[in-house]
Amino acid sequence: MSFDVEKNRGDVIFRRTLYVFAGIAFLLILGIFFFLFDLSLPAIKEVGLSSMLGREWNPPLKIFGILPFIYGTCASSILALTLATPISIAAALFLTELAHKKIGALFGFLVEMLAAIPSVVYGLWGLFVVIPWLRESVQPWLRNHFGFLPFFSGPIYGVSLMAAGLILAIMIVPTITAISKEVFYSVPTSLKEGVLALGSTRFEMIWIAVISSSRSGILGAMVLGLARALGETMAVAMVIGNAPEISLSLFSPEQTMASAIASEVAEASGVHLSALGVVGLMLLLISGFVFFMLRLILTSRGGRAH
Amino acid sequence: MNSREVKNKLFLVAVCGLAFIALLPLFSVLFYVVEHGYRALNWDFFTKLPAPVGEAGGGIGHAILGSIILIVMASLISIPLGLGMGILLSEYKQKRVARLLGATVELLSSIPSIVIGLFTYAIVVKPFKGFSAHAGAIALSIVMIPMIARTTEEMLKLVPHTVREAGLALGLPKWKVILRIVVQGSLSSLLVGIILAVARIAGETAPLLFTAFASSQWFQGLSRPIASIPVQIYTYAVSPYDDWHEKAWGGALVLILMVLGLNLMIRFFLMGKRKRGAS
Repeated sequence: MSFDVEKNRGDVIFRRTLYVFAGIAFLLILGIFFFLFDLSLPAIKEVGLSSMLGREWNPPLKIFGILPFIYGTCASSILALTLATPISIAAALFLTELAHKKIGALFGFLVEMLAAIPSVVYGLWGLFVVIPWLRESVQPWLRNHFGFLPFFSGPIYGVSLMAAGLILAIMIVPTITAISKEVFYSVPTSLKEGVLALGSTRFEMIWIAVISSSRSGILGAMVLGLARALGETMAVAMVIGNAPEISLSLFSPEQTMASAIASEVAEASGVHLSALGVVGLMLLLISGFVFFMLRLILTSRGGRAH
Repeated sequence: MNSREVKNKLFLVAVCGLAFIALLPLFSVLFYVVEHGYRALNWDFFTKLPAPVGEAGGGIGHAILGSIILIVMASLISIPLGLGMGILLSEYKQKRVARLLGATVELLSSIPSIVIGLFTYAIVVKPFKGFSAHAGAIALSIVMIPMIARTTEEMLKLVPHTVREAGLALGLPKWKVILRIVVQGSLSSLLVGIILAVARIAGETAPLLFTAFASSQWFQGLSRPIASIPVQIYTYAVSPYDDWHEKAWGGALVLILMVLGLNLMIRFFLMGKRKRGAS
C-alpha cells in the first residue's frame, strides 16, 4: 500500500514530531532500566550480590536477602495460575461453545467487570471477607483432612500465601478467559462440524476439535495471566501478611517482590531503599522475561501479543 | 445412557459449574462493597476532611479532590503522547521506527505498575526531596501512555484505506489526511479508549504509594503530597479502627461506582453506535 508520499514540509514536520513521541517512549524504557539499576547499585556494592541472594531479609540488621520475596512471588503466582486456569478455560468454553448467544454476551460482560474492579478493592474484600472465611472454615478443614501434607500444616493466621493466591486467581481469571475465548473462536467451524458429523458427543467434539487445536493459545493465555499475577501489588500486599519467610505451608504469611516494595519504600532510606531497588530490578527482569516468552509463544502461533 | 453420554453430561455440568464459580467473586465483592459502603456515604463523606481518630463523622473529600487532580494531570501528559504514538503505529506502520515503537509500547504495558512507581520515585521524589502531586501524576501517566497508544492504534486501523486514498487524491498533504480525516473521523472511538484508560488508572494504588503519598489535608499545591481515593482506602483498610474500616468500604463504593459507571457508559455508547452503524 503506497500511502507513503511526502508532498510538503508539513508532512516532514508532522512525521518528525511523531518520531519525537516515539523517542520519548524509547527513553522511558531505557530510563526505567537505567534508573532502577542506578537505584540498586549502592546495595549491590555494599551488601554484595551473593548475600543479596540470601534467605533472610532484616533491614534493621542490614541483612538484605531477597530470596523470600522471589519465593513469595513465584509461589503465589503459581498457586493463582493453578486455581484460575481450569475456571477460565471452563468460562471461555461456556462463552464460545455452550451458552445461548444472549447469555454468553451477559456472561462475557460480567467477566470483564471482574477485571474492572480495582486491585485495592479486591484487597479490602480479601482482608474482611475472604480471610475470615479462610481462617475459620477452609484452612482448619484442610489441616484436619490433609494436615499430613506440608502445604496444609502449621499455624493458621488467615493472612497467608493461600489468601494471596486465591485473590490473584480471581484477578487473572478475566485475562485468561479473554485470551482463551479468542483462541476458541479461531477454531474453524468446519473442524467442529466434521467431528460432530462423525458421531461424537459435545464433550468429545470440544476435546478433539477445540482443546487440542488450542494448546499453544491456552499456554499463551496462561503466560499472560502469570505476567499479571507477578506484578500485582495492592491486593497481595493487603492479604499476604508481609512476612519475608520461606515456608512450604500455604497457611504461612509471606511477602512478594511487589508487596515488599509497596510496604517498605515510603519509610526506607539509604541501603534499605537501594536494596528495594534491587527487588524492583529483579521484578522488572522477571516480568520482562515472561513478556518475551509470551511474544515467542504468540509469534509462533502467528498472532500478536495482547 | 452409555458411558460416552454420561461423560458428556458430566463434562457439560462441570464446565457450567466452573464458569459460574468465575462470577461468584464479582457478586460477593459488589454485595459487600454496597452492604458496608452505603452506611458510610453521606454528604459529609464527600465534602469533609477526615475526623481525628475516635471522633465520629468526617469524610474523604480531600481524597476525592486529590484523585480528580491526579487523573486530570496524568491525562494531560499521557493523552497527547499516547495519541501521537498511536498515530505513528497505525499510519506509518511500514516504517522501522513504528515497528520498534510497537514492541516498546507492549513492553511498557507489561511493566508492573509498582516498578513504574519505583522508577518515578527515583527520578522525581529523590532528586526533589519529597513526595508530590507531580510525581503521582507522572507515575500514573506512564501507566496510561501505553494503554492510550494501543487503543488509538487499533481504532485508527479500523478506518478503511480508501478513505485515506480519497483524501490524498484530492491533493491533501498526508498530515492533513491523518489529522483532519482519519483522526477527526475516529474522534468518538478515541474518546472511548481514553475513558477506558481513565477508568483503569482511577483505581491504581501501587504507583501512588510513594510518589503522591498521602495527605490528610485539602490540596496544598502540586509539589506537596496529595491524597487519593485508592491510597486512602488502603490506609483505612490496614488501620486498626472500625470506623476507618467503614470509611474504607465507603471509599471502595465510590471508586466502584466511578469505574463501573464509566465502563457501563462506554458499553451503552458502543452499543448505540453499532445500532446506528447497522441501520
